[in-house]
Amino acid sequence: MTRIWATIKIAARALRRNKLRTLLTMLGMIIGVGAVIAMVGIGNGAKAQIEAQIAGMGQNVILVFSGSFTRGGVRSGWGGAGTLTIDDAEAIQREIPGVTVISPEVRSQAQIAAGDQNWSTQILGESQDYFDLRQWPIVEGTSFSEQDVRSATKVAVIGKTIADQLFTGEDPLGQVVRIRNVPFIVVGMLQPKGLSVQGQDQDDLIVIPYTSAMKRVQKATMLRTINVQAASPALLNPVQDQIIQLLRQHHRITPGKDDDFTVRNQQEIADMATAQSKTMTLLLGAIAGVSLLVGGIGIMNIMLVSVTERTREIGIRMAIGARGGDILLQFLTEAVTLSVIGGVVGIGFGVGISQLLANKMNWPTLISSTSVVYAFFFSAAVGIFFGFYPARKASRLDPIDALRYE
Amino acid sequence: MRLLQTGCQLLFTIMNAVITLEDVHKVYHTGEVDVHAVRGVSMEIKAGEFVAIMGASGSGKSTLMNIIGCLDRSTRGRYLLDGTDISQLDRDRLADIRNQKIGFIFQGFNLLSRTSALENVELPMLYVHRHLPGREQRERAVRALELVGLAERADHHPNQLSGGQQQRVAIARALVNQPALLLADEPTGNLDSQTSIEIMGVFQKLNEQGITIVMVTHELDIARYTKRNVIMRDGRIVSDVAVGDRLNAETELRRLREAQQAVQLTV
Repeated sequence: MTRIWATIKIAARALRRNKLRTLLTMLGMIIGVGAVIAMVGIGNGAKAQIEAQIAGMGQNVILVFSGSFTRGGVRSGWGGAGTLTIDDAEAIQREIPGVTVISPEVRSQAQIAAGDQNWSTQILGESQDYFDLRQWPIVEGTSFSEQDVRSATKVAVIGKTIADQLFTGEDPLGQVVRIRNVPFIVVGMLQPKGLSVQGQDQDDLIVIPYTSAMKRVQKATMLRTINVQAASPALLNPVQDQIIQLLRQHHRITPGKDDDFTVRNQQEIADMATAQSKTMTLLLGAIAGVSLLVGGIGIMNIMLVSVTERTREIGIRMAIGARGGDILLQFLTEAVTLSVIGGVVGIGFGVGISQLLANKMNWPTLISSTSVVYAFFFSAAVGIFFGFYPARKASRLDPIDALRYE
Repeated sequence: MRLLQTGCQLLFTIMNAVITLEDVHKVYHTGEVDVHAVRGVSMEIKAGEFVAIMGASGSGKSTLMNIIGCLDRSTRGRYLLDGTDISQLDRDRLADIRNQKIGFIFQGFNLLSRTSALENVELPMLYVHRHLPGREQRERAVRALELVGLAERADHHPNQLSGGQQQRVAIARALVNQPALLLADEPTGNLDSQTSIEIMGVFQKLNEQGITIVMVTHELDIARYTKRNVIMRDGRIVSDVAVGDRLNAETELRRLREAQQAVQLTV
């Protein structure tokens, strides 16, 4: 024990002797570990936000998209073909037992106006159950009712951004907003969600009954999407299968032909998104890992220089009775001391950087204690790995040659 | 009865050889030519001896010294140090022997720079297997420095000390683990004549206390302070004689100072 302590003291003294060199070598580790901590923090932050966003989609949600179509060689995307009808939606609601609520959806981009202000935004036609299904509470006013949907009433629930843009400083409730010159009355305002991971404003939208959207705004007869909620997570897959069966039947698709619609459940979407964010975290971590590797090589380089410089010292120590193992331990301790101190400072540096990013640039960052612990042990491991070769080289010196070294 | 006992002890000490070399050879394989540096040296050095090994450069004296110092192993022959056969030991055992049984003194002092005299003296204790507590290490180091008359310079760094003082620190370092044998390789090679005599004085004092000393030198006058001179040529011992007209360092130093004073008076 005293021996290990003595070895650490020798290492500390050797490092103090060349302060600038020690500092520069540590800087490699500091930047490396700091980058890893900050990058993984950014990746984890993004992942947490995506997870929150997916949770924000609601619980046990299944999305049915209408299929794509090809017209003159141009293929439309999902939801473009309009293969889903209100009948389809009602059939799902009526015939599949595990379904609690549904919300048929149409979507369009339109210019809206109120007073002397106007704004281009996303118009969502939904059922009254949309807000429950998506777990998106209305903070002011109320939702529209089933009655409103049935009779295609001209009422609207608006997002925070619309309220800010059209009704600056005023209470939007009860005001009239014209969508493609059709007047709608604002009955409620949604809870603000902020920016999505992709940087989209999630509050820049207006929700009206889908019947009103189809009859009065878009003059459309087909749905873009049907939002379906299953009663429990266990029912997600059976309900999904039943929807596929039902719709194939309704659309008279013979066996062997492709579906003209797509069904996705929340779990699949979540898996896709987390896979994406995992890839991003991995990529960021890998880039940062490269700088850690460079830091490690810096340590190895300096240790090799140090061994050569101190060949004579090694010879003296061996002549007075140091074993090869003692010399190995001495240089290894030096390398590990370098990397561990660099690692600890680097952790502080990385935490600081991610705090700065979170505060100044509104990037979500999340530093877990496990990543800090990993970083600490990893930097120690870097010291051992890159310090071992120089230390072994020192320990294998021949005492006579080492003593003669000039 | 007591007389008999002391007599027996004395006899035992005399009989007990610290170093026994039996037909020791050393061959270096450098490239195509084999260099036969030591060609069959047999010698015995008993406890309490003070030996100078002499010879021209290339005579094999340094190689022999490295073998005696367990820094190198003989190619052939047997070497017993303090009764243990060294020839078959591995690197780690040799390191332990260097640590426990041998004290080294070099021509170039070989102190660690930017390390205080005291810490330099403490160094060998760092590699002792049964570690002493820090305080005891310090005490032993201070005692070793007192022995060479440098206790008051304990916290000086080598670059703040003169050559003679540095060599004294090196001697203290060699003594700190209480070895059976002190090995000195040209200990006065880097020193002026007066300092050389001072160092020989330290050696003579230590030898009187019972420490066995083997020293390599090429200076004839320095060899005259020892008790036995071994002369080597071409890897063999050509002469091994007891020193007849042995010099005493104290007397020589006094004579030197008087001569210096005389010069100063006349000038």
